[in-house]
Amino acid sequence: MPTELQSLAKPRQPAAGKGGIVLEDVTHGYRRRGTAVQALAGVSLQAAPGEVVAVVGPSGCGKSTLLELVCGLQAPDRGALRCAPAVLMPQRDLLLPWLSALDNAALALRIAGCSRAEARRRAALLFVELGLEGFAEARPGELSGGMRQRVAFLRTLLSGKPVLCLDEPFGALDAITRAEMQEWLAATLAREPRTVLMVTHDVEEAILLADRVVVLSARPGRVVDELEIALDRPRLRTTAAVIALRQRALDALAIGGRG
Amino acid sequence: MSVVVRRTLPATVLAVALLLAWELYVDMAGVEEALLPAPRAVASALWNGRGLIWHNFAVTAGEVVLGLSLALAGGMALAVAIHLAPLLRRAVYPLVVASQAVPIPVVGVLLVFWWGFGLLPKLLVVALICFFPVVVTTFDGLAAVDPDQRKLLRTLDASRWQAFRFAELPAALPAALSGARIALAVGVIGAFIAETTTPSSGAYPGLGREILSDMNFQTARAYAGTAVLVAFAVACFYALTLAEHKLAPWSATERGDHQ
Repeated sequence: MPTELQSLAKPRQPAAGKGGIVLEDVTHGYRRRGTAVQALAGVSLQAAPGEVVAVVGPSGCGKSTLLELVCGLQAPDRGALRCAPAVLMPQRDLLLPWLSALDNAALALRIAGCSRAEARRRAALLFVELGLEGFAEARPGELSGGMRQRVAFLRTLLSGKPVLCLDEPFGALDAITRAEMQEWLAATLAREPRTVLMVTHDVEEAILLADRVVVLSARPGRVVDELEIALDRPRLRTTAAVIALRQRALDALAIGGRG
Repeated sequence: MSVVVRRTLPATVLAVALLLAWELYVDMAGVEEALLPAPRAVASALWNGRGLIWHNFAVTAGEVVLGLSLALAGGMALAVAIHLAPLLRRAVYPLVVASQAVPIPVVGVLLVFWWGFGLLPKLLVVALICFFPVVVTTFDGLAAVDPDQRKLLRTLDASRWQAFRFAELPAALPAALSGARIALAVGVIGAFIAETTTPSSGAYPGLGREILSDMNFQTARAYAGTAVLVAFAVACFYALTLAEHKLAPWSATERGDHQ
């Protein structure tokens, strides 16, 4: 069942119905300390079911607002948004410190009504597959940053929702761990395909992981470029094609950033 | 050195040093025992009066434990209620603060009128004094859940009850236990106030009354009773710290707690 947050547009979009995302001319603002801030100005983008779309842009270009709209945490001021049920993976892992890694991963299942034993059993199956074996009973405080992100991602995955919204998932990690996690995420999505809308300010990360990269301008966010990444996986950051696309995205950012 | 010795040694050394200084001061300055008995005199008064002190202490300890338990149960319940119902919070919170400012003898008379000269009015005074820190710390703990955590739970479709059950309640537990420790410290002096300021029949025992009457001609025994009361407070404080380690180990490990 697609969630229709606002249906001003003609009911024609095929993408949203089967787990996709459609935004048409979405404008949204919020108030911060009494002043109105326009976050997004006429953003249109789509993600087909199973597609990985990365949104890159300078800091404060409304990327997080975009994800909150897609997750249904806010309704857009103007424009149309159609999206299958989406789950948010915030920038920080937000694991609950009193639960073990396995119980944290199983949280979505418990909220969905599973018993603790059943939720743990189902989470444990993926734990092994996703390289978390042996960490089930560790508390979040005992895990490294990369491991915590894996657990957080697993919790997101187990919500069972067709759309995943990742808000700078590896932003807080060191460069080596981040590279590891990018490979891990690519492998995980190959195994468990989902529609993914990922915001990042790391252009290279976007090109390595996504099928399409949407470049936003500085606030208020507008789409300044859209890049199809038709490259085979796994992708290497040293490939000529990756470097060329990276340069194109950076150029688009430089122009859009000047606003 | 064993862990126990390493942890208790600094406090033991300091306490012994202070007692020595006290003893020397009384001996060398020739302070009268009625004004300040030396530690040796207090020790012998404690030994000689052990039956009397124990008999009275048991009553006072009961007041503290029962009063604190009542305050914990009532305080946590009220904190949850005002957390869940903003209207109730606006109505009740100022009264909670006000309750803390009421001089005990003012209500003491009324409590005795209602419930007589026995244990109950004293216990209620202790509970009244302990109530405030429990409500405030528990309430703050419940409200302190990260806003991003709430967003995450919403996109996992958590109900209000589930957000409370999975995130808010466990997050508030260490705060509530901190409140209990503060409450305990004021609760012991609360029991003293309860015994000495609520009207009594004369037959009711209690260390508070015993200390007050000993201050007339038996200063050393008053000090001995005080020492027992102080030791009880310290023991209970560490018992609660231990309880926190058992009930909320994540909080203790994150703080790198002292014991």
